Amino acid sequence: MMGYAAIIAARFKALLQYRAAALGGLFTQIFFGLVRVMILRAFYAAATTAAPMSLPSVTGYVWLGQAMLLLIPWREDTDVAEQIRTGTVVYELTKPIDLWGVWFARSLAWRTAPVFLRMIPMFVFAMLILPAVAPGWGLAPPPSAAAFALWIGCFAGAVMVSAALTALINVSMMWTLTGEGVPMLLAAFATMFGGLVIPLPLFPDWLKPALYALPFAGILDFPSRVFTGNLSIAEGGLVLAHQLAWTLALAAAGRYFLARGLRRLVVQGG
Amino acid sequence: MKDALALYRRYVALSLRAQLVYRATFVMKTLGHLFVTGIEFFGIWALFARFGTLGGWSLREVALIYGIADIAFAITDGTGRGFDKFGSILKAGDFDRMLLRPRSPELQLLGYELQLMRIGRLAQGLAVLVWAGVAIAWTPATVLLLLAAIIGTACTFFGLVVLQATTAFWTIETLEVWNAFTYGGNYAAEYPMAIYRRWFQRFFTAVIPLALTSYYPARAILGRDTLGAIHVLGPLAGVAFLVISLAVFRIGVRHHASTGT
Repeated sequence: MMGYAAIIAARFKALLQYRAAALGGLFTQIFFGLVRVMILRAFYAAATTAAPMSLPSVTGYVWLGQAMLLLIPWREDTDVAEQIRTGTVVYELTKPIDLWGVWFARSLAWRTAPVFLRMIPMFVFAMLILPAVAPGWGLAPPPSAAAFALWIGCFAGAVMVSAALTALINVSMMWTLTGEGVPMLLAAFATMFGGLVIPLPLFPDWLKPALYALPFAGILDFPSRVFTGNLSIAEGGLVLAHQLAWTLALAAAGRYFLARGLRRLVVQGG
Repeated sequence: MKDALALYRRYVALSLRAQLVYRATFVMKTLGHLFVTGIEFFGIWALFARFGTLGGWSLREVALIYGIADIAFAITDGTGRGFDKFGSILKAGDFDRMLLRPRSPELQLLGYELQLMRIGRLAQGLAVLVWAGVAIAWTPATVLLLLAAIIGTACTFFGLVVLQATTAFWTIETLEVWNAFTYGGNYAAEYPMAIYRRWFQRFFTAVIPLALTSYYPARAILGRDTLGAIHVLGPLAGVAFLVISLAVFRIGVRHHASTGT
């Protein structure tokens, strides 16, 4: 356990160095957030039937999505992919530590440190600056202290699901070798079916059960809706169960395929 | 000029041959791009399925605007790779080598790589455009206007990538801030400008002329406006934007002091 904690701490510190990139990213994320809010406001203004989400709730949802953007499993862990490509991954196997655990621990740090760097200034912008300039355009505080506490729990759950997905992408590198195909398709799925582009409740009703069942809903959509009060406290409990179930399932799949991949692995002795 | 074109053709041929060596990867990447961008339009469809209309605009009308923006962006994305990656070219000292050769650095950057896999995005934009186009009564004038809109919009995106490259002369890194204007500009231009706030529309008219190059021509093509000077001259603003961007790039080249690597 100590070993994994050390990996997480080291990665976390390394990732916190990219502060200038975070600032540039913040500007881009604010820009995209503003465009998204304007598009959704235009749709809401012309709506003839009631939408399943209120406008303040949908606006807050957009800003939470922009703040948590880097929670999405965008791509494989490039260091690990390089190890697999060059074959140095065999050195990792000589270490007395479980390989999937190492990858999961690295992913945990990767899905938190950059998110914190961008989340804090984004919250300041969306909760304090924007509402002062344009009332109704920002992120309102959660409806209750309980909702906020539950959101923190859901955020942790989202990190777990995302890290398990990232570790699974790493495993897929053992077959594909290049980091182009699988991560790209997965990122497209995760952004669209995770609610980054369009809040999931706005999708057609017949499609929603499938979208809610997928792991992606647990990364951005469910936690954001707990924060804005679109989901009740009781429903928030179900979100935690959803995230836990998917983390375990993705971990089991990752371990299974890693073991199969290692069985085919041939090391050239020198 | 003729000589430059011949050289560019050779650059392109080389780049294509290199990419087609890994045929399976190429097919996967192209399909990936097709899927990744296609899923975006699926999202717009979903919003229309929920709300019916976007402030008086129908899905087919938005599809025309979306198609122009995405085709133009795919063209820029495919051809402007050298400018897009300029930060790393500069950092590695490769730009100094370009300066030593008896051809303009702009031509060499243009020939840096032609990204064939962007055909995925192009195909997606074309498909959406065709779907939008079947409902339109075309005349020779509107067909020309459509072509002008695509070229003008592509020029605007290309100008942005050139400006992004220019800042690298001072910062060495390619700044992520530019993504707001390139990717963000593309995203904003996929929807009718009328739905945005005034200041935002003004910015995309007077500073980055995407409203002039795509939105106004689209209005005329859709029959929302009778054809006027702004629709015909609008796409030229994109060409002017590119020319100004290239002039600014020249200033950067003159300012350039090598990284020394």
